Amino acid sequence: MINILFIEHDGTKHHVEVKTGGSVMQAAVSNGVPGIDADCGGACSCATCHVYVSEEWRNKVGTMEPTEEAMLGLSTDRKDNSRLSCQISVTDELDGLVLTTPEFQF
Amino acid sequence: MSEAVEHQDSKQSKWSMVGKDPYAMPIEDIDLAHPGIWQANEFLPFLQRLRQEDPVHYCKESAVGPYWSVMKYKDIMEVDTSPDIYSSEPTIGIVDSFEQFTLPSFISMDPPKHDEQRTVVQGVVAPANLKNLEGLIRQRVSKIMDELPLGEEFDWVKQVSIELTTQMLATLFDFPFEDRYKLTHWSDVATAIPGGGVIDNQEQRWQAMQECLAYFTRLWNERINKEPGNDLISMLAHGEATKNMPPMEYLGNIILLIVGGNDTTRNSITGGVIALNENPDEYDKLRHDHGLIRNMVSEIIRWQTPLAYMRRTARVDTVLRGKQIKAGDKVIMWYASGNRDEEVIDRPNDFWIDRPNARHHLSFGFGLHRCMGNRLAEMQLRIVWEEIMQRFHKVEVVGEPERIYSSFVKGYSSLPVVLHPLK
Repeated sequence: MINILFIEHDGTKHHVEVKTGGSVMQAAVSNGVPGIDADCGGACSCATCHVYVSEEWRNKVGTMEPTEEAMLGLSTDRKDNSRLSCQISVTDELDGLVLTTPEFQF
Repeated sequence: MSEAVEHQDSKQSKWSMVGKDPYAMPIEDIDLAHPGIWQANEFLPFLQRLRQEDPVHYCKESAVGPYWSVMKYKDIMEVDTSPDIYSSEPTIGIVDSFEQFTLPSFISMDPPKHDEQRTVVQGVVAPANLKNLEGLIRQRVSKIMDELPLGEEFDWVKQVSIELTTQMLATLFDFPFEDRYKLTHWSDVATAIPGGGVIDNQEQRWQAMQECLAYFTRLWNERINKEPGNDLISMLAHGEATKNMPPMEYLGNIILLIVGGNDTTRNSITGGVIALNENPDEYDKLRHDHGLIRNMVSEIIRWQTPLAYMRRTARVDTVLRGKQIKAGDKVIMWYASGNRDEEVIDRPNDFWIDRPNARHHLSFGFGLHRCMGNRLAEMQLRIVWEEIMQRFHKVEVVGEPERIYSSFVKGYSSLPVVLHPLK
């Protein structure tokens, strides 16, 4: 099992344990992590599963496709470490991943 | 949405499908674009037949020329998220732009210009800003609610839905409050079909649009000489990507923001009242648990689907569900159908306020053109229902709603109701 830590904007922590294979968005939603809406269900087309990737993990979560880049461009809270969690696959390499959720999804 | 003007023909047109049985006609003759069945509230069986028998349907003859209808949720997703295949230019309305006046605005632009212009204004409707607006919205909603008559019939559309959305628009534009009804007027005129009741011809539309431009140009000039503010006009006037917009582009974006922030929310506010009256068990559920409001808001937006479609135009020859679509073809994504697609949405014709996954609906569209004001709309609806439930046992519908003559704006021009106070 893979451990992922989601930290809300106010500091509240949510540890989840998931199998590999799904997306980080699914890991959050299926474990009731608040602050991830995922309106489109994982199709990289609504930008409501926005997360910030902690510095030490940024190189390990893979790179963005142009679509993800474009969707994130529509967010007012975008930062350098922004990603859409539906586009990050849960793999063995991500055991211990730490992410922060924004105050709002837009 | 300024270009969402539809048919030039009259209500008695030969194209109207009103009163016809969708299952008794050759399937190729079905034409969803004519406003008749939408105004008569007869559209659902037409949508259902196409969804089941010909989900990517070609209508080869209509008052607006040939067009493709995309009926299924997943196909709509595919079209909406493939801007490299399906363009938003030259227009997102079903009528071709050369047949009538159109105004440029970012809803009918592709990247990169779309992204640049949208980025300038989206901050005003971003959740962080909305949080600051919530108190003011609630105050205004409360005032409207407190002044409504109890126990006597009145028009919910005029006194609540229009009043509220108009006040909200005036707030977002920092528009002179006493002139706010002009916004409703311009919004109605911009999307009206000549002969449909609001305007008689295109000249009348042009006149109103010129008046709108003149008014907003005054406001622009005021704001450009001040420090950048948090209202939409100031943002456009000071934004890098928008400060040198030609006048027609400024007008186009203003109309987009007015229509986008007006019709859609207005009709969802009214639609919710109708849905709860048609489903008394759901109304009871709501009375017992106001905590359901947030979820109900998404369900109202799905159930109503305030914009029935968005149009794209194929850039290249392509294939969708086995159908050959040619470059230049009009492709209509019928959100009103996708939102009733039984393959994706459980019991799609039921209004179900605690529906699981209620947020998975198509009403806001998906992809780069996803509704910019979605969070504002949800917040407005949530506050409206929170304040209704604080005051009234029931908003009772006491007569038939009058529906708008449009296959684009799915809404109501009046709804007679009587308010019953909490017991």
